[in-house]
Amino acid sequence: MKPRRTIKDSRSEGELFRRRALAGFALILLGLLGLIGRYVTLQVTRYDEFATRSENNRVKPIPIPPARGLIYDRNGVLLANNVPAFRLEVVPEQVTDMKAMLTRLEKVIPLSQDDLDAFHKQLKQSRRFESVPLKMRLTEDEIDRFAVNRWRFPGVDVVPYLNRRYPTGGLFAHVIGYVSRIDADDLEHLDPARYKGTTHVGRTGIERSYEDVLHGTPGYELVEVNADGRTQRVLQTHPATPGKNIYLSIDARIQKAAEKALGGQPGAAVAIDPRNGQVLAMVSEPTFDPNLFVDGISHADYNALTSAPDKPLLNRALRGVYPPGSTVKPYLALGGLELGLRTPADTVLSTGTWCLPGTTFCRRDDRRGGFGTVNLRMAIMWSVNTYFYKLAVDMGIDRFSAWMSKFGFGKPTGIDLDNEASGVLPSSAWKAKHFRKPWYPGETMIAGIGQGYWAVTPLQLAHALATLAGHGVPHAPRLVMATQAGVGAPRKLFPDPPQGPSLVSEPSAWQAVVEGMEMVVNDPRGTGYGLGKGFPYTIAGKSGTAERYSRHTDAYNNDTNLAYLASRHRAWFEMFTPAEEPRIAVAVLLERGAWGASSAGPIARKILDAWLATQPNAPPDTPLPEGGPPVSDAVQGESATLSTTPPQAPHEVSPDQPAAAASQERPP
Amino acid sequence: MIEMLQVRLLRLLRRVLSRPRIDLPLAAGLVLLAAAGLCTLYTAADGGMGMVGGQAARFVLGFALMMLISRIPPATLRNWTPWLYAGSTLLLMVVAVLGEGRGADRWLNLGVMRFQPSELVKLTMPMMVAWYLHPRQLPPSWKDIAAVCVLIAIPAVLIAKQPDLGTALLVAAAGAFALFLSGMAWWRIGVLLMGAAGMAPIAWHFMHQYQRGRILTMLNPESDPLGNGWHIIQSQIAVGSGGVLGKGWMHSSQSRLDFLPEHTTDFIFAVFSEEFGLVGVCLMMLLYACIIGRCLWIAMEARETYSRLLAGAIGMSLFVYVFVNGGMVAGMLPVVGVPMPMVSYGGTSAVTLLVGFGMLMSIHAHRKRHD
Repeated sequence: MKPRRTIKDSRSEGELFRRRALAGFALILLGLLGLIGRYVTLQVTRYDEFATRSENNRVKPIPIPPARGLIYDRNGVLLANNVPAFRLEVVPEQVTDMKAMLTRLEKVIPLSQDDLDAFHKQLKQSRRFESVPLKMRLTEDEIDRFAVNRWRFPGVDVVPYLNRRYPTGGLFAHVIGYVSRIDADDLEHLDPARYKGTTHVGRTGIERSYEDVLHGTPGYELVEVNADGRTQRVLQTHPATPGKNIYLSIDARIQKAAEKALGGQPGAAVAIDPRNGQVLAMVSEPTFDPNLFVDGISHADYNALTSAPDKPLLNRALRGVYPPGSTVKPYLALGGLELGLRTPADTVLSTGTWCLPGTTFCRRDDRRGGFGTVNLRMAIMWSVNTYFYKLAVDMGIDRFSAWMSKFGFGKPTGIDLDNEASGVLPSSAWKAKHFRKPWYPGETMIAGIGQGYWAVTPLQLAHALATLAGHGVPHAPRLVMATQAGVGAPRKLFPDPPQGPSLVSEPSAWQAVVEGMEMVVNDPRGTGYGLGKGFPYTIAGKSGTAERYSRHTDAYNNDTNLAYLASRHRAWFEMFTPAEEPRIAVAVLLERGAWGASSAGPIARKILDAWLATQPNAPPDTPLPEGGPPVSDAVQGESATLSTTPPQAPHEVSPDQPAAAASQERPP
Repeated sequence: MIEMLQVRLLRLLRRVLSRPRIDLPLAAGLVLLAAAGLCTLYTAADGGMGMVGGQAARFVLGFALMMLISRIPPATLRNWTPWLYAGSTLLLMVVAVLGEGRGADRWLNLGVMRFQPSELVKLTMPMMVAWYLHPRQLPPSWKDIAAVCVLIAIPAVLIAKQPDLGTALLVAAAGAFALFLSGMAWWRIGVLLMGAAGMAPIAWHFMHQYQRGRILTMLNPESDPLGNGWHIIQSQIAVGSGGVLGKGWMHSSQSRLDFLPEHTTDFIFAVFSEEFGLVGVCLMMLLYACIIGRCLWIAMEARETYSRLLAGAIGMSLFVYVFVNGGMVAGMLPVVGVPMPMVSYGGTSAVTLLVGFGMLMSIHAHRKRHD
């Protein structure tokens, strides 16, 4: 045995323990005596005080929930309102037989199964002396009938409250979102002191991300109660501080025009002011009525919304991700100039196909035979794939993704809404992480035309376009322009400083890219020619038609049936104006659009028309005729022979899916 | 196989019933306490027999478990200790990952019943410290003290993160008492306490907003008239208006009129004080003091370190419950979810407590044996 163990002397240890136990017991007695001392203070010394207070203790505090802040558009059009309503509440403690009571009550006020389910769920979660709402938004008839029968239902009462209404219905559903009843999960993270008496909490959209601003601080009133706990009179009122009103930067007129222009086709449109990042319109179609959610949506309504094939609950602007297609070419062009890889005058020969040097990995242009010798402006105007294949490969994937990341691709834009999708900006690191495979140069090539792994949200594209249009100065998109502490109070503006220095170091580079984009819309050869007709300011733009499915052949597709094409294509159009000093940048996406310029372009133009109408002292505007821009006769190449094909876009086509591309590029 | 198990179980049951290893003074104290608890619960629940019946059923279960546990020799308990400690700590981690609970993630849903692992730790913690210290040279060296501190900190931090600061402190106290009883030098205790006091500002930094709020409202109850301040004010009114002799059983007006929140659980002692006055409070404290004294007596009689430390720590942690809950009800300590032992409504705490007393009784029954 170790010597250490032999030293262990159980007798002296026992003695040590005995001393400790006695010392501990003495301390405990001391502690208990101290406690008794406190009770002596309360029960003997201060007995009179507390006896009187107990005698007079007929006063109870009742929380007063704050009125939720209102939401307006930038001009003060009311978008979210509080309307007085009445609900039926039950205090479980005062009901002797809940089941029998509900059966009797049902004969007076009809209760739906949804009401009962929600009630029973909340009943389990709340304490017996707290009242639980049973039915929201009582009709006048129901209130009258209950008033007559009230004596039969102790513990049941009609309670007035403020109910949230969205007067514009679905128009702002994806921006403002909605409030809904507080449930068990909410109780875990809400501060109980701030939410005493509050029944609703912001669930999505602005209502959720600005919950702290909109909610306000509850007040309370001290009421005198009788022996049954019923209120006798109000002694003191500490009013609640209502939540702050919010002014969105969105203009309801532009929003309305954008929704109308999309016309219910699944898609999205986002308009941003490039000078400050303010969102002027943000629409996702189809949409839904947010009022349905306020008092708990019925199962039937909810199933209808979730099972609809067009997914009206999906916020396509914020969370829909799509390949950007040719819309990214201007950013790539600017990158080529900024990184010193190109000058605006450098030319590339477009022969119809371009092969990765030293391989047989070839991809084609949109026009059979190519576009000939093109410089940067022409490459943007015609959307010449060859030019951008080569530029992307010269840049290399690492510089490519670093540059594109500056425009906000592949990460949240930082808009003031929750749950924004990040999309995907292809990079070798991203591929290594998700596929555990090396990056192939062929993938760089197709990334140059916005295909492959690349995926963006309409908001991201609008943000990138606004950054470009704003001379390269990035602003995080902002929906909320100002808050207001009460009706009539001054508006407090929300500052939105730039996120960083301008991406453009050489103004002439920016100028060249914007000129290319002006030619897209205004040059008779441009893919979007005609879209700028009748508009008093110069418009700059770029179309994009991305393929939804991977291609199996490299052949030209001669099927010109628009419905067929729409089922295969995502149509994009981005445009901003005035081209010299841009004040609005718009990105439009159609999930099922035949061609970027002909399907999405006119929608973007209509949004600009609506914007122009809101500008003071704006020059007159002649909107495009219905049915899109006049067909240009400047269509070249293959598409010219196809009379039904719109003028602007021959194929803007992507090559294979990336995996196949990778297999092709490897030389045998 | 099954038959053999049945036979053995029956034999054990017969032995438990015919020759229970019950320490009569301790059992008498506990039964008295349980009776007082049920009486108070009856008035606090407004004469509702449902709650009283449920609580009585839990007491029956608790006493049965106590008798069963009292048959397990301390040596067996000692051998199980590291496994029990590891198991309960593991359960705490499981709760941290997938627990469910209202407000705080404390519960583990076992399908049949919901179960709070932190209750288990209240017992396994002093067991583990006693187990660690029993073969070592006592009084403990700095090295052993450091090891014990780590053993205490792991479950305590896990519980504090749930977040359940009250239980974390109780668990830590149970372990600390075992260390105290092991004869740790007074000056070392002083150093550790000073260190703990120095850590307080850091702990404040890591506290949840509501936890800070509870401490602040204790200092100034009028600042939060809708929340905890209300609890404190109403509880003090209840206690103070009881006076020396109390308002009499079933005559508490504070809880009857719903002024006193949580009057069946955490604040039940306010109802007791209102009805039975200072006399009742003193008698109750005397009863607790007797039970704790008996625990320490049993501990001193034990011949072997593990039993001594465990019995002493269990007895002394009972004091912490009484002190924290009594202090909270009297507005002396912040509002934390610590029940009054055997009086507050709620099953798990009563059952764990009785299981702990079962161990004490086993230690008492084996006091003459060396091992």
